Amino acid sequence: MKKEVKLIENGKRVDGRKLEEMRPISIELNVVERADGSAKFSFGDTVAVASVYGPKALFPKHLQERKCLVRCKYSMAPFSVSERKSPGPDRRSIELSKIIRQAIEPSIFTEEFPRASIDVFIEILNADGSTRIASTNAASLALATAGIPMRDLICAVSVGKIENKLVVDLNGIEDNNSDCDLSFAILPSKNEVTLLQMDGLLTKEEFIKLLNMAKENCMKIYELQKKSLKEMYEK
Amino acid sequence: MEEYILRLIDEGRRVDNRDFLEYRKIEVVPNVIKRAEGSASVKIGNTHLIAGVKMEIGKPFPDSPEEGILVVNAEFPPLASPEFELGPPGEDAIELARVVDRAIRSAETIELKKLKIEEEKVWCVFVDIHVINDDGNLLDAASLAAISALLNTQIPKIEGEKIIREEFTGKLPVVNKPVIVSVCRVGNKLILDPNAEEEKILDSKLSFGIDENGKICAIQKQGKPIKFDNIEKMLDIAIEKSKELRKCL
Repeated sequence: MKKEVKLIENGKRVDGRKLEEMRPISIELNVVERADGSAKFSFGDTVAVASVYGPKALFPKHLQERKCLVRCKYSMAPFSVSERKSPGPDRRSIELSKIIRQAIEPSIFTEEFPRASIDVFIEILNADGSTRIASTNAASLALATAGIPMRDLICAVSVGKIENKLVVDLNGIEDNNSDCDLSFAILPSKNEVTLLQMDGLLTKEEFIKLLNMAKENCMKIYELQKKSLKEMYEK
Repeated sequence: MEEYILRLIDEGRRVDNRDFLEYRKIEVVPNVIKRAEGSASVKIGNTHLIAGVKMEIGKPFPDSPEEGILVVNAEFPPLASPEFELGPPGEDAIELARVVDRAIRSAETIELKKLKIEEEKVWCVFVDIHVINDDGNLLDAASLAAISALLNTQIPKIEGEKIIREEFTGKLPVVNKPVIVSVCRVGNKLILDPNAEEEKILDSKLSFGIDENGKICAIQKQGKPIKFDNIEKMLDIAIEKSKELRKCL
């Protein structure tokens, strides 16, 4: 899957970014009027929409006596990638749904809603790398707009290694040609990592550097998320 | 039972008297399936699984026309545990297969470029991991089984379009031996190789694929959150333990 393309020239990346620069981030809240809460989160051309339904009664009730059930579904629209993706779940989206669920669930006071469920649906409208990251950020904002009691927001970012340089927020072409990419999400107030996934090859030193880069950039996303929520309530 | 295990761990002990960072007895037996091109049976304590490799001829992916194809699949059949259900692989089986796949791929374990037969024709390496008995820590066991099976995989002979299954032209080019070590958190304690009962009370699991050179070739976090400051310590445990696991191959 590696192609012969130059991804970094004179310290600049294919889209002109610096190594530790994220793509422009845009956030829109309540984009799905019928949902209890929703959000659209984009990193450049990667666009994810998440909507939240719940908490609502769960049947059969005995399934969750002590806390609510969080269900999460990640899906890619067939037109979101260059070659049409056949609709419906594939192995990748099943794994990502699980990973994203485990990334966002720790932010929710699930014990406040026994015998209930909270459903989170995520759709990738346009894919250009780091889709699970955009999804996690969108899902966290959607939960917040739904008014669900949360410990904190969840902030996610991707970091990686391309042509021996450590970079932040991989786009599609970088992702496909990277030596390594690492997905990371954190619950900022508790300094707890809720998503950590890596593929590629890394030394321990590189890994520790990437972790710190990821955390630093998550804090930038955190500020943007908080700002967008404040603006929503000020309107 | 769950409270009992938690209390024991709190006191620094485990149900089967192991140390926190001690694996159960590991037994790797290569070449257990005659029909497969490569295979291995792995037991870690009572956890038992078999990996089989089948070689098929196929078309390469358009974005890598010079390379053979690796496919890793895992089955958690209901025969192996009262908790497994009939039907297509669930999210846990899919996740396990994908993590093993990533570790093998990232470590460039198989020289996929040597698997080209001719234009538009390459070898596809299918690694199927079958759980026979689930007594916990399937991921670490699965990585051992997959690598052990690949190490004894032979490439069958081809005549025209036909694969001659009983005759071989050589060994599959395997040049690295990644293994996966899952470091588990219970409260503020770290343990390795949980059995099925311990697995029920785990807070989270951080699995590292470590290759022969001590490099990290895959990471997967499962379960509840992990303190940012604990990650390095968990990695150190995994790197250290990976050497011991690799000796079993």
